[in-house]
Order: sequence, then structure tokens, then C-alpha cells
Amino acid sequence: MTDGWHLVIGLEVHCELRTETKLFCGCRNMFGDEPNTNVCPVCLGLPGSLPVLNQRAVELAMAIGTALHCDIRPSTFHRKNYFYPDQAKDYQISQYDEPINVDGWLELPDGFRVRIERAHMEEDTGKTTHAGASGRIHGADYSLVDYNRSGVPLVEIVSAPDLRDAAQARAYATELRAILVASGASDGKMEEGSMRVDANVSVRRSPDAPFGTRCEIKNLNSVRSLGRAIEYEAERQITLLEAGEAVEQQTRHWDETAGRTETLRSKEEAYDYRYFREPDLVPVVPDPEWKAAVADTLGLMPAQRRARLTELLGQGTDAVDGRRDQVATVVDLGLDDLVVEAAAAGVPVTLALARTANEAATDAEAARRLDLGAYVALLTMEAAGSLSATQSKAVLGELLAAGGGDPAVIARAKGFEAMSTDSLTATVAEAVAAEPDAWARYRDGEDKLAQVFVGRVMKATRGQANGKAVVAELQRLRG
Amino acid sequence: MTDGPARITRDEVAHVARLARLHLTDAELELFTGQLAVILDHAADVATLDLEGVAPTAHAMAVTNVLRSDTPRPGLDRDEVLAAAPDVEDHRFRVPKLLGEAP
Repeated sequence: MTDGWHLVIGLEVHCELRTETKLFCGCRNMFGDEPNTNVCPVCLGLPGSLPVLNQRAVELAMAIGTALHCDIRPSTFHRKNYFYPDQAKDYQISQYDEPINVDGWLELPDGFRVRIERAHMEEDTGKTTHAGASGRIHGADYSLVDYNRSGVPLVEIVSAPDLRDAAQARAYATELRAILVASGASDGKMEEGSMRVDANVSVRRSPDAPFGTRCEIKNLNSVRSLGRAIEYEAERQITLLEAGEAVEQQTRHWDETAGRTETLRSKEEAYDYRYFREPDLVPVVPDPEWKAAVADTLGLMPAQRRARLTELLGQGTDAVDGRRDQVATVVDLGLDDLVVEAAAAGVPVTLALARTANEAATDAEAARRLDLGAYVALLTMEAAGSLSATQSKAVLGELLAAGGGDPAVIARAKGFEAMSTDSLTATVAEAVAAEPDAWARYRDGEDKLAQVFVGRVMKATRGQANGKAVVAELQRLRG
Repeated sequence: MTDGPARITRDEVAHVARLARLHLTDAELELFTGQLAVILDHAADVATLDLEGVAPTAHAMAVTNVLRSDTPRPGLDRDEVLAAAPDVEDHRFRVPKLLGEAP
């Protein structure tokens, strides 16, 4: 379908900042609270109220700019005027012609660089719910508004139209999300709307041809939706052009269930926002010291985090190639510190990586809160053979659910024999003493006779001992 | 005040009025077009000044970086807030049917 056509994609990503309070007032920035419980005269737009800028929000915006290699500049705020009840004051405060971050870039894991045009601050809108027969905006009888989200700090990150297919757009969104999480600016939760993506899509006959007419697609709530929507939209435009029709510049809405984009508004209906300088806010002018202080607080970025794990695994080996997905998973989910800390505590890095990427990652939020000491203790038990892989996974499930705990206690409660080294040593010694002939032959190199002792130990412990640990003890005795 | 072509047309005033949801009569359009032109002419006087070497002014006050700490402060009581609303449902502001999607 797309044969002979080339896609051009630019993404606009809105990211809610992880602050305690809103951008211009001291109301809590908290997702999921009871409606209209985090509101005040400022975010309700009551007469006489004045905005005061949140320092932490500015610093997180600067952190994003730093992570994206942007030029951090003196910036100002404007009022974007429109009539829609999601902002009680009938305008949104946003940065317009003087954004705080300009001219950066983001490098995808394959080395491709996407230019970042700008990353500016603005306030989020309230949440509108459309009531009525259809539940959708068209045909709704009335709307309900909750202003808890009104005024929550956002950074909008605008890429250059450098992306060339859906897979690359997905890779960009995934990497940007990981960068936002790593920089501490965002929790990156697309499902809760704390990261929202709009895609500008156009097609052309040749990679050198001028850009075609673009459409902007909204309502992309997952990286998967982003990819699907781009593919659908490109095919829609190609079908039009091949039929001799023109693509109309539009804003379109992605319908996830129907798997298609629909017209939201055309260029003629585009808003005239009458931007003008916000008179109640003064410019933000970060000096070099402030920029340096923010840069100092910035943690490792995803690319550095992947490199750190690759180095731990050992460069250039098959072990690295086979574990690339695991490395990407733990970094994308912000769980790589667990692997690094566990490895530093003596857990084999392959085990720490596997348990983190395969098991802990299934509940990443719980895993990020997981008590590191408990996790290390568990993996140490598994590595030492006092818990089997299956048992270890079961204990990990409990640790994640509880946020921590003593893995040895959990293992005992589950009836897993978290055998002490002493009692294992004693039991193996008894098995050896009971089978003197087998022991002599095993000591002379008949490895398969280890099974005789494993069998005895299993019988003595009613199957609770770990076979690998028994063999390890036999090998130690054999010397 | 400078002489010259009109700085704003009647159509532009009508457009801005529409954006601001103001319903103006023809007589009002005429009146405001004239008044706005006078104001714009007055502002245009600045253009006659020699501003070579003068940095653009961002704000009437020469102040930057007015910031507050990221510390929560109590807001308004919800019942008090919603009591001032014309219509309420499920602890939310109930507003008329919307004629378009959010910008």
C-alpha cells in the first residue's frame, strides 16, 4: 500500500511534570483525587487572583531541556485565548515565541538523531466529561468539568519532522518516555495521561520532494496506538492522492476501537488564539549557575543506563546480544538500578537481569518501590541454590505485592525449604556416609552418581532441598 | 498622531469581536473601528522614536525569576466552590453542551 510513498512524521509530546503543586498555584498536583478538591482562586480563574511560577516546575523543564541537548534560554509566558470550559479563565498560560528550551536532539537506540525544535512550559487543562446519550462529544447533552488537573505543569516537546515510519515514531516515543522518567520529570504513564502524544503525518512520492499536506492526529494513548494511527493515516492519505484527490489539512481524532482516524476540524476551523504576553508573569532567565545546578541533579540517561548494563554483562559476547530485549525492558521501565545494585551485592548479573526483566517488570510500579535489600536477599538465596527458580519467582510475587519483607520468612511461610547452609551440609554428609561405595566411585569421577546422593537428600528433606545446591555441596566435598 | 492608511479595517474588528464572542451592531462596528484606529495610531508613535540599541522590553517591571517553592497550600473547600456554580453534578461543574473538541 505504501509502496512508492514516503512518510514524514513529527511528534508533539505533552508531559505532566512530577511536582507537588501546580504550575502557578499551591494546589496539589495529584492524579485520581476526588473531583474539584485541588482547586483555588488561581486555577479556577477567579477575579483578582494572580499566578506565581513554581520553581520546581521550571527546574524539571530545564532538566528535560538538558537531557534533550537543548539550548536553555530566557523565556516568557503568553495567554492562549479560547472559549472552552476546560480552562476556567478562558485562556491557557503557555510559552509561545520565547520557549525555555530550543534546538535539541534525541538519539534513538539505533543511533538515529531526531531534532527537537522546542520543549516549552504550559499549564494543563481541567478534565471534561461529556454526558448524554452517546457519551461522545457529538450528541452530548452537557459536560461536567473537574478542575483538579487545571494548572498542572506540562512540558510540550516538539520534534522536527524527522521521523520516517511508524516504527521509528514508536522508537522515539519509547526513548523519550524513558528519558522523561530517567530525568525525574515525569512518571511517563500514558494510560493516566501524564504523557500524551500527537502525531503530524504527511506523505510524498520521493524522499527529496517537498513535504505533503499534513494532518495532526490526537488521542494517542499508547505507543501501540501511535504506530497504528500513523499507519492508518498514511494509507488514508495515499488512497486519496492515488485517486487524484487532495489531502486537506486537518486535525483528526484516533478512534482506538474502530482503528481509524476521524475529522475533528479542518484548517478553516483552526483556532485563532490571539496570543498575547501574560502581564502577570515576568520572564524566566536561567543563569549559568542555575543551569549547571540542574544538570548536576540529572541522573543517568537511558542510553547510558543501557551501556552500563551491557558493560556489566560483558561487552561483545553472545550473552549481550541475547539479552538486548531484557536490557531495553529494564531501562524503559526504570528498573535497571535494581539490576546494578543486585549485581554490586554479588548476585550474578544474568540472574538479576532475568528476574527484573521477566518477573519484576510485570508490575513495574511495585518493582520501583521494592525494598532493594529484600530483592538482593532473595536473589542471593536463588543464586546460592537455597531456593529454586520457581520458588524464587513465587517469593518475588509476594515481595512485590507487599513492597518488601524478609524473603526467607516468606519462603518458609510458603513451605519452601529455605535450607540453611549448615543443615544442607549436614544432610549431604549423612547421604554420603550412607552410600560409601557410591561416594568412592563419585569421587573417582562418575558424576552421574551424584543423583544417588541428591535422591537421598530429597527423601530426607521431603523434596525441599535444591538439587543444584546439593550437587554444589557434593563437588565441594569431592574437592 | 500620524496620517496615513487606516491601521485597522472594519472586517478585522468584526473578526476580533467574533473571536471574543462579542455581538456588535453595524453602528458599533463603525464606532469601534474608528476608536481602535486612534489607539493604534497612538501606539505607532513609538515607531517614530530612535530605538537603535534599545533592548526589547519584556515587562513593565525590570524583574525576572519570580518563583515560589513547590510547597502545597490549602485551596478552597469544594462545597464552597461548587455553591458558586450555576449548575453542578457529581461534584463537577455542569456546563452547556460543547460545540467543538478542546483545542
